[in-house]
Amino acid sequence: MSYIPHTPAETRAMLAEIGVRSIDELFEAAPQSHRFPALDLPPPMSEMEVAAEMLAISEANDHGQDFAIFRGAGAYHHFIPSVVNHILLRGEFYTAYTPYQPEISQGTLQATYEYQSMMCALTGMDAANASHYDGATSLAEAVTVALEASRHRRRKVILSHAIHPQYREVVRAYHQGRDIRIIGDRGRGEIVDLLEMLDDNTAMLALQYPNFFGQIDDLATVAEAVHEAGALLVIVANPMALSLFKSPGELGADIVVGEGQSMGVPLGFGGPYLGYFAIRQKYVRRIAGRIIGETRDADGKRAFVMTLRPREQDIKRERATSNICTNQGLMALAASVYMALMGKNGLRQVGELNYHKAHYAAERINRLDGYSVDMSKPFFNEFVVACPRPVEEINTALLEEGIIGGYDLGPHYFHLQDHMLVCVTETNGKDEIDRLVEVMGGLG
Amino acid sequence: MAGYLPEQALQPLIYDIGAPGRSGVNLPECDVPRATLPAELTRDDLPLPEVGEVQVVRHFVKLSQLNYSIDQGLYPLGSCTMKYNPKINEDAARLPGFAQLHPLTDESGAQGALFLMHELQGWLGEISGFEAVSLSPAAGAQGEFAGILMIRQYHIDRGEGQRDIILVPNSAHGTNPATVTMAGMEVRELPADAQGNVDMRALHAACEGDLRDRIAGMMITVPSTLGLFESTILEVIETVHDAGGLMYMDGANMNALMGVVKPGELGFDVMHYNLHKTFSTPHGGGGPGSGAVGVNEKLKPYLPGPIVEVVAEEDGDTPPLYGFVMPEKSIGRMKAFHGNFGMHLRAYAYIRVYGDSGIRDVTRYAVLNANYLRARLMRSYRVPYPRYCGHEFVLEGHIEGVDEVHALDISKRLMDYGFHPPTNYFPLIVPEALLIEPTETEVKEDLDAFVEAMERIAEEARTEPETLLNAPHTAPVRRLDEVRAAKELVLCCAPALPSYS
Amino acid sequence: MGDWKTPANLKYSESDEWFALDGDIVTIGITDYAQDQLNDIVYVEFRDPGDSIDAGDSFGEVESVKAASELYSVVPGEITEVNTALEDEPETVNADPFGAGWMVKIRASDLAGLDSLMDAAAYDAYCDSR
Repeated sequence: MSYIPHTPAETRAMLAEIGVRSIDELFEAAPQSHRFPALDLPPPMSEMEVAAEMLAISEANDHGQDFAIFRGAGAYHHFIPSVVNHILLRGEFYTAYTPYQPEISQGTLQATYEYQSMMCALTGMDAANASHYDGATSLAEAVTVALEASRHRRRKVILSHAIHPQYREVVRAYHQGRDIRIIGDRGRGEIVDLLEMLDDNTAMLALQYPNFFGQIDDLATVAEAVHEAGALLVIVANPMALSLFKSPGELGADIVVGEGQSMGVPLGFGGPYLGYFAIRQKYVRRIAGRIIGETRDADGKRAFVMTLRPREQDIKRERATSNICTNQGLMALAASVYMALMGKNGLRQVGELNYHKAHYAAERINRLDGYSVDMSKPFFNEFVVACPRPVEEINTALLEEGIIGGYDLGPHYFHLQDHMLVCVTETNGKDEIDRLVEVMGGLG
Repeated sequence: MAGYLPEQALQPLIYDIGAPGRSGVNLPECDVPRATLPAELTRDDLPLPEVGEVQVVRHFVKLSQLNYSIDQGLYPLGSCTMKYNPKINEDAARLPGFAQLHPLTDESGAQGALFLMHELQGWLGEISGFEAVSLSPAAGAQGEFAGILMIRQYHIDRGEGQRDIILVPNSAHGTNPATVTMAGMEVRELPADAQGNVDMRALHAACEGDLRDRIAGMMITVPSTLGLFESTILEVIETVHDAGGLMYMDGANMNALMGVVKPGELGFDVMHYNLHKTFSTPHGGGGPGSGAVGVNEKLKPYLPGPIVEVVAEEDGDTPPLYGFVMPEKSIGRMKAFHGNFGMHLRAYAYIRVYGDSGIRDVTRYAVLNANYLRARLMRSYRVPYPRYCGHEFVLEGHIEGVDEVHALDISKRLMDYGFHPPTNYFPLIVPEALLIEPTETEVKEDLDAFVEAMERIAEEARTEPETLLNAPHTAPVRRLDEVRAAKELVLCCAPALPSYS
Repeated sequence: MGDWKTPANLKYSESDEWFALDGDIVTIGITDYAQDQLNDIVYVEFRDPGDSIDAGDSFGEVESVKAASELYSVVPGEITEVNTALEDEPETVNADPFGAGWMVKIRASDLAGLDSLMDAAAYDAYCDSR
């Protein structure tokens, strides 16, 4: 019986101890009219058969071992050092629950504390939580924090259109029951246009860094304007880009959120990923989700524990600001191991490889007949290409050559029909980039 | 590093080991011409650790050894369903066809993944008797949120937007009332009766009084968070429906229901599944979870998206084409992309292993194990509610005549006997609650050893209470100073960056 | 009867605040019973001086390691002063709930709410019954 270890003799002994003759007698409180329905499921399978079926299903997908991937748009194909997977496969980590019993959970607690610390180092914030579900939900939770920080007196949220379209959808889904206005992202507004929308009813303004188009906006004066209006500045940042570019903390952000998948988490068809959430000390008690803090045990030994617990749903119930309970603990561990391995120098090197390769690709594509690359702003590892024909046609041709091409921006941005968002990472060798350019050139 | 003990630490912090210039990776040379970095936009300092590969491995392996986990032993944490996480599922998740599949791959290039999601949607619907399922919620709490948002929108679309009250029993998980608030609705708590069921008089009063037109629905866990099947569940459902409300089932305890009853057939309108409880996907030390949501015909158009449907039927030799679809009146997207796919594939493999004849056994043996523990522990502890339990049961962590010993002390002492403690102080309605859920994957010898440990602890409480009050004695650390943690708030050990002014 | 203090010169609410009236200024804190139930208080947060509140509104929050409680006023008015010393030393609420642990002062625009409060004897009985 698969993962059920009972022998018939044991089952009989246990039933005798309980004082019933059959297991089914234990279900008498379930409504008889509906008890023990038939289940129309496929028949059972052995482990050997399941392994073969999973392999067959997985091979019906176009994946990174057979294809060169030049698609990003919020999910990035990066190199993951072997160590990460080996640590994640430690049963002591992945088969443990949330560390509610700190005496026997110091491994998870310290690793998470170190994750929080390294996220602070990357973002320039004072504190980070143990994670949210993904970048999009982190942003949605940041909106709640900003509303709370204004004690719900401010009811306007300004989002840039250059935030990932799905993130903005999630923010709207999360806050559909609230009496607030979410504005700023319907047009093509530049940051200066967004700053004009600030007023004394604005709780926050959110920007993406690099933005959805891969560009690094100059944010030097943004925080001042946002703070002058009494609002919070929320920056959605790709942590990989923070290996090279100024930290959002240095730029004056109050909350930094984003998708941590770039750091040690595989593409995995979109999840589980890692929503990170970092904040200034001043607002730390408004964070939702678990936070690990340092303390001492009864002998004075340093140890770690979940702290600020009364914010959470299990204690505060209907007065909690979020219902989050399970987070993405194991993905935070992956990021922790990844950041520790890469370290100060390695992460910078990876960032530079991304930067140089993306710029090499962008320059070559820009020289192709019929194509042009938006070079108006600095960019990291993604850039927008105006194409001479529909993106779908180009991608079909690329696919035949074993290449997964850029992301079609047309469906999300009316003004970007026939534009693709191309992503180049350290995993793309020069030969792959050259092949991409060659195939695209042939379609010019 | 031998002898490194800053303030007597178990394991130094990653920031306290390493040396300047060291790195744990070996990266390829840059094979393209270098571009110029815009100096005015780049950062000066990246204060990450500088540690070698071997050091990193040892650091995290040592940390792992400070944890307790299912792979080490019984983990009877009530309401969390800490069952064995099959190893084959971990292998499957790491297949390149899954791990290296971009979420925005053209659908024609993701037919394997879409097929799998489509099958899983169907199986979950079948197991619980629901018309349609969305796999997009990232955890149980997100499933709850999606469910309540659907109920809200359903009433608005019928011109009954004034329905803003969700009834929640006082034994509910905290996520239930917190969810209602997030959705901008109002919670009304219902008391339990002496049997642990919802107090029917209070329910009727709420549904038939002045608030009748404001009742949007009710959230309830089945079996209840006390591990009991509500004998009145059909009447509860009917009462709320009669008032015009919809019924939400919290599926946290689905491990007691598979093949026993289908919530959809009982009359529930919507429920969430915890793939990380019932369907064996690992808890990961706090996540990831996965919280699919199932609905009946009424709420189908409101499901969070995207969901997978057949977008072109099978035609001769051409297999059906699967694609993502946003339901007609969808409440929207709960997260980016399409749910925690890595959990979907594990749940798929899990259901595939048990199949039609086996999935009911999961529940049967989970309930057998719980009742066996309950029967044996009743001799040394007070067990409220004299009825057979579902997959879990609550006992009072209080030893008669030894007032200074609390449930917490019993829990901490269990660690010394090599067990993870049960859930403490939940549900809130039982004093000194210890909520025990062994799951079906536990072998009788280990259940017996747990009983023995609990019996010895009850004896120790009478003869040497100090041993309990100071427990654990053998864990990596002793009890922690939580007041200090909350007051001092040391949340980060990274060197500070130049601050913004 | 339990082991807590209940000064006779104050008035008490069911949500465990005490109220003292001096002219039109009402001083509010939490009771000895409440601080004992909460255990070690680690954090307090109050609305800002100058804020106006209605009767029944929350004027702040108090947190221990295991619980969080909203604080309510039974009188409407303007918050004139908050006890900022508690921000750094919240444990003062545990040590001296009726003295140095006071929380806010409100210039009440209507004192009628005070009539609904309990006196010390009634509050003691109320606590005993819980």
